[in-house]
Amino acid sequence: MRDLLDKRLVVVIGKGGVGKSTVSAALGLTAARAGRRTIIAEVAGRTDVPRILGAAPAPAGGEHRLAPGLDHISIDDRHALAEYLHEHLPFGALAGLLQRSELFTLFTAATPGMRELLSIGKVWELTRGRPGSGGRRRRRRHDLVVLDAPATANGLALLAAPRTFAAAAGVGPVARQGEAIRATLCDPAQTGILVVATPEEMAVSEAAALRGDLRGELGRDVDRALLNALLPARFSAADDAALDAAPDDPAVWSARWLRTRGRAQRAQQARLRRAYRSVPCTSLPFLFAAGPAGVDVERLSHVLERAR
Amino acid sequence: MSTLGERLRERRVIICAGAGGVGKTTVSAAIALHLAREGRRVAVVTIDPARRLAESLGLERLGNEPQRVDPGRLALGGRGELWAMMLDAKRTFDELIGQLAPDARTRDEILANRIYRNLSEAIAGSQEYTAIAKLYDLTHDARFDAIVLDTPPSRNALDFLDAPGRLTAFLDGRAMRLFLAPAGIARVGAAGTSVALGGLRRLTGVDLLEDLSAFFRAIADLTDGFRRRSAAVDRLLADPATTFLVVTSPEHGAADEAIFFAARLRRAGLPFGALIVNRVHPLDPLERDRHETAARLEGALGRSLARRVARTHAQVQQLARRDAASIARLARELGERDPVCVPDFEVDVHDLEALAAVEARLFAAP
Repeated sequence: MRDLLDKRLVVVIGKGGVGKSTVSAALGLTAARAGRRTIIAEVAGRTDVPRILGAAPAPAGGEHRLAPGLDHISIDDRHALAEYLHEHLPFGALAGLLQRSELFTLFTAATPGMRELLSIGKVWELTRGRPGSGGRRRRRRHDLVVLDAPATANGLALLAAPRTFAAAAGVGPVARQGEAIRATLCDPAQTGILVVATPEEMAVSEAAALRGDLRGELGRDVDRALLNALLPARFSAADDAALDAAPDDPAVWSARWLRTRGRAQRAQQARLRRAYRSVPCTSLPFLFAAGPAGVDVERLSHVLERAR
Repeated sequence: MSTLGERLRERRVIICAGAGGVGKTTVSAAIALHLAREGRRVAVVTIDPARRLAESLGLERLGNEPQRVDPGRLALGGRGELWAMMLDAKRTFDELIGQLAPDARTRDEILANRIYRNLSEAIAGSQEYTAIAKLYDLTHDARFDAIVLDTPPSRNALDFLDAPGRLTAFLDGRAMRLFLAPAGIARVGAAGTSVALGGLRRLTGVDLLEDLSAFFRAIADLTDGFRRRSAAVDRLLADPATTFLVVTSPEHGAADEAIFFAARLRRAGLPFGALIVNRVHPLDPLERDRHETAARLEGALGRSLARRVARTHAQVQQLARRDAASIARLARELGERDPVCVPDFEVDVHDLEALAAVEARLFAAP
């Protein structure tokens, strides 16, 4: 995972319910332990990562500490818009006026790609740091931003927003900034893309299609594919006859369940590997035992740390 | 103590709601299959079924109209019919505009508008809204006497109930009324509006004025229709012949959503039908420790295999105990004494045989 930790931005994306927030949290812990000052960003006002790490959900818009060296921010487009207006309009009063205008809010919502652009714009700002006062240089407070992206289609819309928007606008400060954001997302040296799937048919199909979609939207490839919640392979083909002939016992049912499920999962793992030929594929184990706050994220972060 | 079959006997509209990834599509299809076997003419509306499940139902083509599942594949009793369709959100929304528009010109004008294309996704919550729109249409289709709706795979099950309200709130909102006021578009020149539009243009370089005026002018003719439709949908959802089934897995996040959703149904006065817990790991009340299990099986399996089997069983029982605690919590929170539990099968449900196994568990006596 070292390659990903050296980027400025890592986008975690995949089908709904595959554990993107869990993986983002684990990756955040790994990065923080490696000494990278890290912030995990969620959009659309979501606060799944703090919940997974057993922290109180924080209000949208602000940065909050989750662990040593690990912060979190929940971005929503309303806050992002307000912040943008205050930073880019010459008079604070004008920004306030626009922000309170119901029509302006409506127009912003109706402008194609605008909401996504505001959110990804805020993420991009995090990778750049805030402008210093009195014309001093920008100071980055985080070395790495992990974006816990929304599920596949909405996640893609988020990454494609700068381009969609530039096509609609062409001129103006937002379009100019959109171009800079797009350049950052397309540059593999600055931005890493981690596609997450579970070893299930639909999740793998979505992950496979995503590679082509990302090529189309950003003209670049995925850095890593990650298979989450993979069951252990504990029984070989040689055990089959014995398991099938075994007496009817609840323990034998459990073993047959794991065997059949595990094999179906390995078939999906092979599908994912075929779809992501030439891209490193990592697996996270299915955890039978829960951690203090549900999934044991700490343990997963150590698996990521060891992953080549 | 009543079985799911008894609870669904008088119901014509069955809505399966719950978090994404809990197997709602499978449960919806199994319920539809059961009702068809009882001799009903059933349409099941799904959003995004797994490819092989879709194929087994004969849904290779993505159409926005129900297709009849080949009766040869099903053992249906009497006049029973099973129909299935995959929802195409965009087409359903466009069709709705077609139904509500006074004439073809207005319809085409709206469909071609840039603002409409964006709003139809952003504000209406598209899939959520259109699923309900499609459901409403199908209840007026004489071919069916029961409709099973598999709600969209949204991470937040509540979006589904909010979507129609969000659209009418938008249409009734102040901004909309500003545009629809007698002075209409002339008021765009008024101070607040021009600041807003000017600010937007300055920031984005996008001049929306023309698109916006065209959109608001065209949609004005439809607002009454939207409002009437929304009221009719509210009546349909609260109808005694409608029932909401809350579907969940025992996982913590999904269970949380099921609890919120059930509370929301109660507050809205909507009919809660049953709690269905899918993917349950069966509890073995006799399991004590893995050494004992290994010793018991050593004769039949040999030492190495018996140990691995025992270890697996201990781990699966860890899941089973977590599941049992989760089900108890769900039952308590929902005030539901008889949750319907479906075990986590060895294989993914993607053929009619496996679907029939789910059906059998859903409709078994408690």
